[in-house]
Amino acid sequence: MPHVADTVEVALVVNGEPVRRRVPPLATLMDFLRDELELTGTKYGCGEGECGACSVLLDGKVVNSCLVLALECEGSKVLTVEGLNTGDELHPIQKAFVDHGAIQCGFCTPGMIMATYALLQANPSPTEHEIRRALEGNLCRCTGYRKIIDAVLSVARGGAAHG
Amino acid sequence: MGESAVQPDVRSPSPTQVPTLIGQRIPKLDAPEKATGLARYVEDMKLPRMLYGKILFAGRPHARIQNIDTAAAKALPGVRAVITAADIKLVPFGFGRDNTALKKDKVTCVRDEVAAVAADTPQIAAEAIKRIRVTYQDLPVVASVADALADGAPVINPNVPDNTPFRYDYSHGDLERGIGQSDVIVEETYTLQRVAHCCLGTSGIIADFDATGRLTLYSLTQVPFLYKNDLARVVGLPPENIRVIQPPIGGGFGSKLDIHPFEPICVFLAQKTSRPVRLVFSRQEEFLAMPTRQPMVIRLKSGATKDGTFTFRDVHMTLDNGGHTSWGATTPWISMRTFSSLYRVPHVRQHVDVVYSNNIYACAFRGYGNPQATFALESQVDQLATELGMDPLELRIKNAQEPGETTGQGMILGTCGLRECLETAARNAGWQQKRSALSGQPSAPNRQSSTVNRQSSVVHGIGMASLFHVGGGAKIYRSDGCGTILKVDDFGGVTVLTGSSEIGQGSETAIAQIVAQELGLPIKNIRVINNDTDLTPWDVGVHASRTVFMAGNSALRAAGEAKRKIINAAAVRLKRKPAELVLSEGNVLDRATGQRLESIGKIIRGLHFGARNELVMTTDFYEPPSTAPDDKHMGNISPCYAFGTHVAEVEVDLDLGVIKVLRITAAHDVGRVINRLGIEGQVEGGIAQGIGYCLTEELKTEAGRILNPSFTDYKLCTTTDLPELNLSFVETHDPAGPHGAKGIGEAPLIPVAPAIANAVYNATGIRFTELPLTPERVFTKLKEARANQEPSRARKEADKNDAPTRTQVPSRARKEADRDAPGTQQGGAATHG
Repeated sequence: MPHVADTVEVALVVNGEPVRRRVPPLATLMDFLRDELELTGTKYGCGEGECGACSVLLDGKVVNSCLVLALECEGSKVLTVEGLNTGDELHPIQKAFVDHGAIQCGFCTPGMIMATYALLQANPSPTEHEIRRALEGNLCRCTGYRKIIDAVLSVARGGAAHG
Repeated sequence: MGESAVQPDVRSPSPTQVPTLIGQRIPKLDAPEKATGLARYVEDMKLPRMLYGKILFAGRPHARIQNIDTAAAKALPGVRAVITAADIKLVPFGFGRDNTALKKDKVTCVRDEVAAVAADTPQIAAEAIKRIRVTYQDLPVVASVADALADGAPVINPNVPDNTPFRYDYSHGDLERGIGQSDVIVEETYTLQRVAHCCLGTSGIIADFDATGRLTLYSLTQVPFLYKNDLARVVGLPPENIRVIQPPIGGGFGSKLDIHPFEPICVFLAQKTSRPVRLVFSRQEEFLAMPTRQPMVIRLKSGATKDGTFTFRDVHMTLDNGGHTSWGATTPWISMRTFSSLYRVPHVRQHVDVVYSNNIYACAFRGYGNPQATFALESQVDQLATELGMDPLELRIKNAQEPGETTGQGMILGTCGLRECLETAARNAGWQQKRSALSGQPSAPNRQSSTVNRQSSVVHGIGMASLFHVGGGAKIYRSDGCGTILKVDDFGGVTVLTGSSEIGQGSETAIAQIVAQELGLPIKNIRVINNDTDLTPWDVGVHASRTVFMAGNSALRAAGEAKRKIINAAAVRLKRKPAELVLSEGNVLDRATGQRLESIGKIIRGLHFGARNELVMTTDFYEPPSTAPDDKHMGNISPCYAFGTHVAEVEVDLDLGVIKVLRITAAHDVGRVINRLGIEGQVEGGIAQGIGYCLTEELKTEAGRILNPSFTDYKLCTTTDLPELNLSFVETHDPAGPHGAKGIGEAPLIPVAPAIANAVYNATGIRFTELPLTPERVFTKLKEARANQEPSRARKEADKNDAPTRTQVPSRARKEADRDAPGTQQGGAATHG
């Protein structure tokens, strides 16, 4: 960034790995993840916190990473969609989304999965109503949400997939 | 996958019970890549030395460009190119040839592209855009169709002095005769708003030239082969020098059916800088600078005899084209088919005016003019039912076509599940009971309701609507075909190169199922390549609900040819007759006994390395047996047609004007289900878009400017808006489709809005003729209706008429209530609620 003179150092833990980088003071966590760390699973959908495509976990809570400055995350733990699966083994939430047909164009999927992860951490057996409320901030234009809700319900009920 | 509920494939019965993949619930092949965040969308891609492009939009709806000063932008360090219309060859494009990549003398909508930059970073590009100074002379703004058609209206395009670039006329039968035969006639004007596709992934492109001047585009187009051709003309390259690669596409819905100015602009920037350039829209740019669905005003008059037989339809449509003309100007070709052919109707006349305005322009959107037409027609069918004192279901069944009929517009309904869809949806919804028991009644206390503490003001209603749509593409180009190249490796792995595109709808998986089924191989052996014009054979594009039908047919034929080669080779090797052999789960079996004789891999290796030295590679180009319409719009444009019925149940809060959709019961004639998981996803997603279209979505404009270009103010459905769903698939096994399948992509969106509006009428006695049904609009009309009538009198009259609805308003009061306030007849006008 040749025209931006000032950068600030930020140190945080992303998907279990400590990272330390210099970032422009106004860089968002989304920019930091996507541009600095090339973790492009976190998606830009609106940049205004309205669509949820950039949802990640910040110290265990789901946030729109487009609304958080990278330097606010000093010392924090961030979990992105890339931090869920181990090797080629899908996380149970990812597997449920695949098996239940909860993915079409896939653009909302990482954010939807992270919002689900946060919900199930806080409430391992949510009702359908609680699932709907928890995912209300994540827009999907393809699926009509039914299969997303089914996927989350299946994980909550112990992964009884019917896909 | 595929172990449960195995049904034999009825089209190729065999004594050996070969398990079938057709109709199973198969997860999408690309889903793991998307679930893990590994899928690389265009915004995720970076090439070495890549620059970032950005566009300066006019930001004013109608103005002359007097001067553009780019000096300050060019002086900014890190800026590599600044271009205006003066720097490029201006080749007109779009269906009306009235658009150019950058605008030279005049802008005709706020989104018009005036200049563009390429810079080292997105931030520098954005700063450079701010430093471009443009001097405009503003011109009077044509804010609506009414403005455009007024006497002395400003002329938007000098080549079109009457602001009406296209007109369509259609007729069959004898309208006057139809009117004469009618015992009841209803006339109404329906107003449909401007809505945006709202793909979650914003639009974008990367342009990259190689050392020989060949251009690779990473593009989200839905029509890669037509696109290549159209773009080549605009950027001055031979089409064969363009390669189109489609990264995963974050939603299409018709928005990527045209070339858009940002695409040639990106090519010009790459040309000028000799570096790859990426241009990706922000969400606000996506709302401002991508086309929308057509706002339409539809005046429809139709009639029936006393026994409910439809007699005629007289249609007058105006379409707000916006400032330029995309392929969206041809959506009346599809609207027309619903007016001519949804139910039997002997006499039809239609006139359509496509009218310029200084609004942002419109393009294709899922349903292609059909959601607008179906809203008008299916609302009016209910109005006819009321006039006739008939149950809306009974009226529809009476006029539903049977298989084998040819419609007035020359469309041959080989299979036709319309009646079955009506009956199935009605039965599953409990139509008869609910229609008599619940209509207009206060909501039951145990019913889940957002307004549970004010039960008395919440009334319940049930309504229905059907649809007619193409089921096997629409032959509006000279070819509506799709090509396939199929190769089988030495181990039974198959690569299918298909011309068709995946935009999330699941065609890739359906094609793999069809090929795996035909070749008797596990689906994991099948790889589908569908995104590279250098590799894949021609296809017209992903639109018109055609991909599984067209690409599926082509893949089935290519796989059939490969199967014959394998079976013949196996017959020679095993010294058996080909007819005695069958392929299943990677093996050659004895057809009679099901005994495993040899692996398919071994047969293929024998063919390759044995005396014959042959590979299993096949090609196919499938051209459907449909015909292009003639100059009177007559013709069988699709090899088969899709039908469906939706029943909507709603609650209307009379105090707040809030409509809650409780349940949608849908039945679709899909020919045959290929992937049950995928087809449910198509219907569920279509219903959600349809609910948004009906209740919440409107891109509002005021004097050509957009008022709500964000998800904060443009309301999409969320998880909490989704009603209970009950889906059925009517399988009519169309002989033209792969395994009998018809297209489904667009159909489920089409009847949602009229089904809901009809349910709202059933609940309230108020006919809404303008979308969306926002609380403000509903509240206002309820209030007007109350002011215009005494409720007790209305109830008495309704009872006297013995009409099926309980809360019917007398027709005169209703008509008055239906009439909108002056100035609200144009979609997108500022007066909208």
